[in-house]
Amino acid sequence: MTTVDHALESAKVRATPEEKRSRILTGVYFALSVFVLFAFAFDEDADMDATFKLALPRDRFEPIDWVFEPRIMSIVVSIILATLGVVQLLRGFGRWDNVVLGGAMVLFVLAFLGWAAAGQSFSLVGMLTSMVVLSVPVTAGGLTGLMCERVAVINIGIEGQLLGSAFVGTIVGSTAGRWVGLLGAIAIGALLGAALAVLVIKYRVDQIIAGVAINIFALGLTSFMATRVLGPNPEFNEPERFGTIAIPVLEDIPVIGNMFFKNNIFLYGMLLLVVLIHIGLFHTRWGLRSRSVGEHPKAADTLGINVYRTRYRNVILGGMIAGFGGAALTLGSTGRFEENMTAGVGFIGLAAMIFGRWRPFGVLGAALVFGFARGLQQKLGILGTPIPSEFLSMAPYIVTIIVVAGLVGRARPPAADGQPYIKD
Amino acid sequence: MSERTTMDQITGVGGRLRDALLVPTLALITALLIGGLIIAVTDVDILRLWGDDPAEAFKQTLEAVGGAYKALFVGSLGSVNAISETLFAATPLILAGLAVAVGFQAGLFNIGAEGQMVIGGMTALFLGFTFDAPTIILLPITLLGAIVGGAFWAGIAGLLRAKTGAHEVITTIMLNFIALFLAQWLLKTSVFQQTGRSDPISKPVNEGAQLPRLFGDDYRVTVGLLIALAAAGFVQWLMYHTSIGFQYRTVGANPDAAKYAGMNVVWLTVAVMATSGALAGLAGANQILGLPPYEGTTAFSGGIGFDAIALALLGRSKPLGVVWAGLLFGALTAGGRQMQGVERIPIDLVEVIQALIIVFIAAPALVRSIWRIKTTDEGTGQITTGWSA
Amino acid sequence: MQLELRGITKRFPGVLANDAVDLTVGEGELVALLGENGAGKSTLMNVLYGLYSADEGEILIDGEPLTLGSPAESIAAGIGMVHQHFMLIPVFTVAENVILGDEPTNQLGVINRRRAEKAVREVSAQYGFDLDPGALVENLPIGIQQRVEIIKVLQRDARFLVLDEPTAVLTPQEVDDLFAIIEELKKAGKGIVFITHKLKEVLSIADRIVVMRQGRTVAEVLPSDTNEDELATLMVGRPVDLVVQKEPAEPKEVVLHVDELVVLDDRNQQAVKGVEFEVRAGEIVGIAGVQGNGQTELVEAITGLRVPLAGHVRVKGNDLTTASPREIHRSGIAHVPEDRQRSGLVLGFSVSENVVLDAYYDEPYSRGIVMDWDAARDHAVELVEQYDIRTPGVDVELSTLSGGNQQKVIAAREFSRDVDLIVASQPTRGIDVGSIEYIHSRIVEERDAGAAVLIVSSELDEVMALSDRLLVMFDGQIVAELDPKTVTNAEVGLHMLGSGAETDAPPAADDSPDPPPIDDSPDPESQTTPDAEEQR
Repeated sequence: MTTVDHALESAKVRATPEEKRSRILTGVYFALSVFVLFAFAFDEDADMDATFKLALPRDRFEPIDWVFEPRIMSIVVSIILATLGVVQLLRGFGRWDNVVLGGAMVLFVLAFLGWAAAGQSFSLVGMLTSMVVLSVPVTAGGLTGLMCERVAVINIGIEGQLLGSAFVGTIVGSTAGRWVGLLGAIAIGALLGAALAVLVIKYRVDQIIAGVAINIFALGLTSFMATRVLGPNPEFNEPERFGTIAIPVLEDIPVIGNMFFKNNIFLYGMLLLVVLIHIGLFHTRWGLRSRSVGEHPKAADTLGINVYRTRYRNVILGGMIAGFGGAALTLGSTGRFEENMTAGVGFIGLAAMIFGRWRPFGVLGAALVFGFARGLQQKLGILGTPIPSEFLSMAPYIVTIIVVAGLVGRARPPAADGQPYIKD
Repeated sequence: MSERTTMDQITGVGGRLRDALLVPTLALITALLIGGLIIAVTDVDILRLWGDDPAEAFKQTLEAVGGAYKALFVGSLGSVNAISETLFAATPLILAGLAVAVGFQAGLFNIGAEGQMVIGGMTALFLGFTFDAPTIILLPITLLGAIVGGAFWAGIAGLLRAKTGAHEVITTIMLNFIALFLAQWLLKTSVFQQTGRSDPISKPVNEGAQLPRLFGDDYRVTVGLLIALAAAGFVQWLMYHTSIGFQYRTVGANPDAAKYAGMNVVWLTVAVMATSGALAGLAGANQILGLPPYEGTTAFSGGIGFDAIALALLGRSKPLGVVWAGLLFGALTAGGRQMQGVERIPIDLVEVIQALIIVFIAAPALVRSIWRIKTTDEGTGQITTGWSA
Repeated sequence: MQLELRGITKRFPGVLANDAVDLTVGEGELVALLGENGAGKSTLMNVLYGLYSADEGEILIDGEPLTLGSPAESIAAGIGMVHQHFMLIPVFTVAENVILGDEPTNQLGVINRRRAEKAVREVSAQYGFDLDPGALVENLPIGIQQRVEIIKVLQRDARFLVLDEPTAVLTPQEVDDLFAIIEELKKAGKGIVFITHKLKEVLSIADRIVVMRQGRTVAEVLPSDTNEDELATLMVGRPVDLVVQKEPAEPKEVVLHVDELVVLDDRNQQAVKGVEFEVRAGEIVGIAGVQGNGQTELVEAITGLRVPLAGHVRVKGNDLTTASPREIHRSGIAHVPEDRQRSGLVLGFSVSENVVLDAYYDEPYSRGIVMDWDAARDHAVELVEQYDIRTPGVDVELSTLSGGNQQKVIAAREFSRDVDLIVASQPTRGIDVGSIEYIHSRIVEERDAGAAVLIVSSELDEVMALSDRLLVMFDGQIVAELDPKTVTNAEVGLHMLGSGAETDAPPAADDSPDPPPIDDSPDPESQTTPDAEEQR
């Protein structure tokens, strides 16, 4: 077939999409390489040692801090990136495409951090830990979105669900204790999920409109009640919180121990949920039937599966997960409710879901990336980089756009996503 | 022009008038009732009173709710000033509502009106304090700047959607946040920041860029209202009397057919978003140029972007409907301010009422079952097509 | 064992879909249910399968009445349905599709994959299929997908099977394979209801034929007592001319020349792998072939909806390879698209708006950017008259028109222009016989007026009847050029399957569908009677 391919090459009218993508990636690698070289390596302060701390005070084991000269590191990274660019141009990486891209991004960020930390010491482990912590609400949002979209219901109202359950969590948590508060938050999440389900399934309201309505409703009502009820009665906004529970032995593993095993029940809960949902979706009867409803509801219907009931059930379950996530905001970290405290986290959760290709572990991975971006923003503020803080604040949102733009066309949502099911 | 659209324009002729108005009216009433309920159950003092003296509690509840709604009415329609306030509040709502409506007609969800207002507003702001000229020259320039700024910001989302398939719901929301942060930063730069201040407030625009008041200095309503109404007329003409509008509507109804018909769907996606953004940009300009002290702050867009979605829905994405809906929400806003000022009911309640109205308009069957009536209204139906249409 | 539907009546708003219909099916018997689109066959079967509930009448097995309120109940009663549009989930495996709804699990609900795959393999072997339980359905050819559907039904111990238009997407050889499978099923004692509108098949396979028209059963006959013409008359209610009247063609200059065309599909695979042919003015060239062999992409490339990877498309000497649909339109090319509701029309627009759908941008319908809707309406009124389109007016929504009339709107729109080339893809899919006749005659008229016509259709009868020259497309290539007047359906069928005798293009190495695994001993059914084989 080589003669045909040859003829094809010369007769080509345009490039294939793969070729286009390959060219774009090559360009990206070279551009990054040059950027790292000029922005980081040639910076005049780049010869001052940077220290990456790998342990927190009070850790049992103290691994050695990583001290290095940012200039050298940047040059090394730049060379690696250029090499990647060359390989991409000549051969490409085939199936490892995305992994290599991810790796290149990690290298870039490392070089950036090294540059930012020149002459100072920077708690790398601190940042990694906050990455995990910040990823919890995003994971919650993403899992909620996933549960709904796997049965073909687009849930734009996650933001409202998180906000509503955060609010209820704090009020109930202040009056009846944290466990009841947690239950209350989950119940509200389920309630809002049920509202979405009823609107979308029974009344066939457009899914995005229903989600937007829930968001406006939740934002309005929680803000209203925050002023009217919490304001004059601050004792309703001081819930009993869930403290850190360290897991013995595991907590002492360097770096990882701090990241994953010294946290509150919300992190542990999220990790558990990710595993449970993965097993559930891909290995159980419940999962097979749910996914069939999301892919081809008519086919599921003809096999005796109750499409409506499946959708109701999964959307409400998703709402419960959002409830758990909302509780994490008030009963876990901050301990008090503020108006509009979610600030877009629900939408970032949706982006994580798309980024994660509608798979639970993918959502977790994506949430970690977003958590990293948020953590970066906070830590860089401390380091005092010349970049204005507002731009750092923009970072997670810009990352979201890049991810969604780059991935949507190639990741496939459940086939019936967004469409109501009408049984005739 | 088809009969259908003529009839829809006037929201129903003859027998359809009752149907067309019945559901929205009932939706409003139901939403207000629920709002009243919320007022009643969130007053902690009254709640405590129920335990001790139910009769008194009941009386106080009625007073609270009644007072709230009286304030709502008085603040929106109760005096000439109130009506001016209503019109004043309605102006940006109409513009933003038109922006979202244009998107809906073309099958695109522009949730980014907020961000487009910010960028459009900031552009107008910049032009307004940089150049000094009489109104007849400066005002059009600033408005043009707002149009370009808003169109550009929305166009980014449109381009992303056209070229990569990235759904505009996510990209426009992200762009909202980015715009807000951008504005925050800009307001602290020397170019924008008011001399002598350290908080993010801009220089005021020159007199030539300030929107003249329509009825004299006592009333806040400005020429902006006329601009909004003219915009509505323009959108009506564009969508139903031009080939561009025909293309917008076709792409919204059936993108495959649009492609077959030789329409350039990529270009159209960008164009629709740009048109939408341009209208939102005007709304943003109105917020700065229409209100003393004519400065930019970090909060001038104030949630209008999301309300605009409600407006477009209520107005069934038709310009005339959006105008009516804008007036309604303007009344709610003006009344809400009165309610907050006099009766101390937080204005967020208006948001709740608006959300309920959206729900009831989108699901008229709900209204029907609450009130046990029959209508032929089908609701707004399905607009979404999933993430990668 | 006997299945009986007695007096089934089903009403929808404005339509009496089934009017006191009776139907019986015995063990090991195949009853063909014959009728036009809209005759009520599918409604009847949906009632049987529990998807609808009948307003009157009952369903009995061996005299015992059943309540069938849902598919689950029908399945439990032993009734299985193989739908026309497959109810398969493309991203699931064969095994997952087969066990869906009836999964082997442990107490926690975890699915036992090994048991599922074993079950599939067992049933597969029992009936002579050859299915890989782990294969993803979306990667399987259509003929194999159908087998998955059948296994789904068999695995639930169905005693009666309903097959709804099963041969719509199969080549003649695959149809033979299916009929062989059906023989096995009959031998195993299954009763079969075979829904179709194809007269030849009915005569070759049915034990009994029931004809439905407008919701009623109008006749019940034995195949040996009837013929195609009689059946067609019963189906439509009036004598139908099954043969297209046309004079021999007088082709003139070359209008369309396609040269070494390579086109990628949506998954970036090569769908068209180097195609070359011409169409001349005054001739109709037909492309036969099973759907999915690149015809869709070929038409899209010619009409500007898809940019080819390599090769050229020339119309009257102009290179239009990368032309946009607008430029194609302007060059005097008309396109009747394959999926009229998806590409060719906007259902929510009025008739007038649809009539100017691809011509709105120019005089007389717009000046600059301002549209002249009055001119559009006038033109629409004219066309409605000329093309006999049944509609209450030109301002009604297109969705209120029947399928046949919608297609006439497209034909009117496209043919009323001055065109050099007409490209029509599946022009009569899913429309009533009267409209089919009309559109066929219009196409011949256009040819006689000097247009070059390219017809792509998977309805072999249609393409054989209309074409002056017949090409066969298989696996992205033109594998044969035949004379429709002399070639037989069976020969064309062989080419459609890629195993044609006298062709110069060898069948492609990889993607050909699996050869039928059923034993090759000649099946008495497939050596069909001469009149069924007769070409048109």
